[in-house]
Amino acid sequence: MATKSTTKARPKKAAAPTAKQMNGSEIVLQALVDQGVDTVFGYPGGAVLPLYDALFNVNSIRHILVRQEGGAVHGAEGYARSTGKVGVVIVTSGPGATNAVTGLTDAMMDSIPLVCISGQVATHLIGNDAFQECDTTGITRPCTKHNYLVKDVNDLARTVHEAFYVARSGRPGPVLIDLPKDVAMALGPYLPPDNVRPKHYNPQTKAESPKIAEAVKMIAAAKKPIIYAGGGVINSGPKASKLLTEFTRMTGFPCTLTLMGLGALPASDDHFLGMLGMHGTYEANMAMHDADLIIAVGSRFDDRITGRLEAFSPGSKRIHIDIDPSSINKNVPVDLAVVGDVGSVLADIIKKYRADKVTPDARALKAWWRQIDTWRARDCLRFDNSDSKIIKPQYAIQRLYEMTRKHKEVYITTEVGQHQMWAAQFFHFEKPNHWMTSGGLGTMGYGLPAAMGVQVAHPGALVVDIAGEASTLMNIQEMSTIAQYRLPVKVFILNNQYMGMVRQWQELLHGGRYSESYMDSLPDFVKLAESFGAVGLRAEKKDDLDGVIKEMLSVDKAVIADICVDQAENCFPMIPSGKAHNEMILGPEDQTDDVIDEEGKMLV
Amino acid sequence: MNKPKDPILRHTISVLVDNEPGVLARVIGLFSGRGYNIESLTVAEVDLDKHLSRITVVTSGTEMIIEQIKAQLTRLVPVHKVADLTIEGPHVERELALVKVVSSGENRVESLRIADIFRARAVDSTNDSFVFEIVGNSGKIDAFVDLMRPLGLADVSRTGVVAIARGANAL
Repeated sequence: MATKSTTKARPKKAAAPTAKQMNGSEIVLQALVDQGVDTVFGYPGGAVLPLYDALFNVNSIRHILVRQEGGAVHGAEGYARSTGKVGVVIVTSGPGATNAVTGLTDAMMDSIPLVCISGQVATHLIGNDAFQECDTTGITRPCTKHNYLVKDVNDLARTVHEAFYVARSGRPGPVLIDLPKDVAMALGPYLPPDNVRPKHYNPQTKAESPKIAEAVKMIAAAKKPIIYAGGGVINSGPKASKLLTEFTRMTGFPCTLTLMGLGALPASDDHFLGMLGMHGTYEANMAMHDADLIIAVGSRFDDRITGRLEAFSPGSKRIHIDIDPSSINKNVPVDLAVVGDVGSVLADIIKKYRADKVTPDARALKAWWRQIDTWRARDCLRFDNSDSKIIKPQYAIQRLYEMTRKHKEVYITTEVGQHQMWAAQFFHFEKPNHWMTSGGLGTMGYGLPAAMGVQVAHPGALVVDIAGEASTLMNIQEMSTIAQYRLPVKVFILNNQYMGMVRQWQELLHGGRYSESYMDSLPDFVKLAESFGAVGLRAEKKDDLDGVIKEMLSVDKAVIADICVDQAENCFPMIPSGKAHNEMILGPEDQTDDVIDEEGKMLV
Repeated sequence: MNKPKDPILRHTISVLVDNEPGVLARVIGLFSGRGYNIESLTVAEVDLDKHLSRITVVTSGTEMIIEQIKAQLTRLVPVHKVADLTIEGPHVERELALVKVVSSGENRVESLRIADIFRARAVDSTNDSFVFEIVGNSGKIDAFVDLMRPLGLADVSRTGVVAIARGANAL
C-alpha cells in the first residue's frame, strides 16, 4: 500500500487441500473457462508468452489475433455490447498495454464490461526500466474501474474471478489484471469461482420502497412529462429495455433516448421522440426544455445532452434512476434520486403504479402531446435531396436502413463524427444491443474493430460499420484480422474527404478556415479492400447507390463500400455549444455567423 | 446548476480502505483527475488483521462538489466506507506539528514562553535552537507558527489533520 513501501506478506489463504496445482498461465485460462469465456481478443509478446503457450492447449477458448492492441480492446467492446457478456483482452507488457489505454478509457466512459490481462516483466525486474516495462497499473488506474498487479500466484485465481465480478457488477466497466511473467510461470492453487467471495464491493441494485412510492407520486402528478433513457438501460440487460417499453406505453409518456440508449425503446414506437442532445431532434430537445417532469433512466446528463446548464429545462422536477450514485446530482440537480439497477427499479415502479391504480392526467397529457406534435411537424431531420447526382450522406444511410430492413439481425457500429450522428438519426433500432458506438470518449477508429468483435459473436448476422474515411483509417489494419477470420463485415464509408465534423465546426466557429481538416492522398478504398481479400465497391452518383448497397449485402465476404458523398453537408439539427435546448438551429437557413459566441467556442 | 454563488465549504472526510498497493494513488488520482481540492490528507493502517487503512482528507467545494467527492470515493472498489465528519455530528480534529526555531537571547526566551502558553513541548534543544512539538486543531498550529515567525522560525513539519467522531459510534 500506500503507507508502506515494502510489500507485506499477506497471510496466505490456506488453499483447500484438494486445490489443483497449476502454473499461473493455466490458472488464468481455467478461470476464464469457468467464467464462461469462449472468445478472447489479443496480441502476443514477450511478457505474455507463457499465457499464449498455455492457450495453445485450450480448445474451448477462441483467440482472435488482432493487428494492434487497440483493435483488440474495441473488438472486445463490440463483442461485449452485442452479447451482454464480459469482453476479454490479452496484451503484452509495455507498448501492448499502452496501446490498450484508449480502448480501456472508451469502455470506462461507456460502461462496457471488459477484463484485460496484460503481461508484465518479472516481479524482480519491476521498477528497473526493464525491456518493455511500463507502470501499467499506474497508467491505467484512472481509465479502469479497477486494476490489479498480481505479485503472488496464490492470489491469481481469486483475482481473476474478482475481476469478472467487478467488471459486470453495478455500473459495468473495464478491469485490468497485470500479470508478471514469473507469476504466470509459478505453480499455485486453482480455486473455482464459487469458492471466491468478492470482497465488500456490493453495489445497491434494489431501490428503497419509499423512493419508488415517491417516484410514482411524481409520475402521477406530471402534466408535461418526458422519459429520458440512456445506456444504463442497455447495460442492465434486454429485460430492462422491455420494462422501459412497458413503462412508456403504460404511462403514455413521451420518451427520448441518448446516443447510448438507442434501441432501448423500439424506434417505431409512437412515444419515441428520437435522440436528444446536440444533434438530437427538435421535438426531443424542446420537450426536455418545456417538461415539468424529467424521468432520467440510466442516463447521466452529459454536456452533449444538456446544452447550456443554466438554461437546462428550467421548469422541471427530476427523477434520476441510476445504479451509480456518483452520476446523480453531478451536472444537474435532481429532486428524487433513485439508486438501483434500472431494470429492478422500473419493475418496482410499474408494480407500484399498477397497485395504486394511478391514472395520469389524461387532459394535460393530451395537450402535451398536441404541443409535441407541433414540434414534430417541423420535420427537423429533413434535408435537401433534390440534386439528381450528388449523394447526400443522410440519404445513403436512409437507403442502407431501408434495404436492410428485411434482414433478421442487423448490427450497426460507427466511427466518430458526422456519419455517427447521421447514423443515429437515420438508422432506426427496434432492439437493444444492436447499436455500438463510442459515445463518451468519441474514439475515431472504434467502429471497424468493434464490428469485427460483433461479427465474431454473431457469425450469421449482418454487421455494418457506418464509417467516415478519416476514422476508418485510424484502425484500418484490422481489415487484416477480418480477412484472417473470414468475417463478412461491411464497412460503409461516407467519404467526403474531410474530417466532416471538424470541418463543420470550423465553418460554424472559425470563419470557414479549414485548418488541417482536409485529407489529400486518401487511399483508393476499392483497391485497399481488394488487397485485404475483401470486395471493394464505390458509389459516385446517386444512381449508383442502391446497386452498391445491394451488392454489398449480397456478397458473403467483407466489403468496403466507398460512398462518395456531398463534401459540404453539415449535420443538423444542432444545439450550438453554449446554447440551450430551445435555441437549436435546424438547418443551413438558421446558420448565421454569430450563432456561437466566444464563451460557446470554449465549451466545444 | 452550480451557481458561482454557491458557498465553498470545508469538509473533513474519513475513508476506510483496504491497505493494498495503489490505494492511496487511487484516492489522490481521483482528486487531481476530477479537479477537487485536497487541503490535508493523512493515512495509516488502523486494522492490522483486516488490512484496513484510514484516510482523513480535508477538502473544500460547493455542496454539490462535496457530495460528488463522497460518491466518487464510495465508487472505488477498495473503499469500505466514507464518512463526512463535518455533517455527521460533532467530531474531534487534531494535527501534530514539529516546529524548529533558531534564535538566541530574548527571542529564545520568548519562544519558550509562547510554547508554554500553547502547551507545546521542546523535544530537541541545542544552544541556538529548539524543536517544539505541538498538538491541536489546525488553527492553533497556524497561530503558533505565526507567533514563532519573528522569533527565528526555521522549519515546520505538519502531519495533516486526523479526525474522529465524538461519542460511542465508530466508523
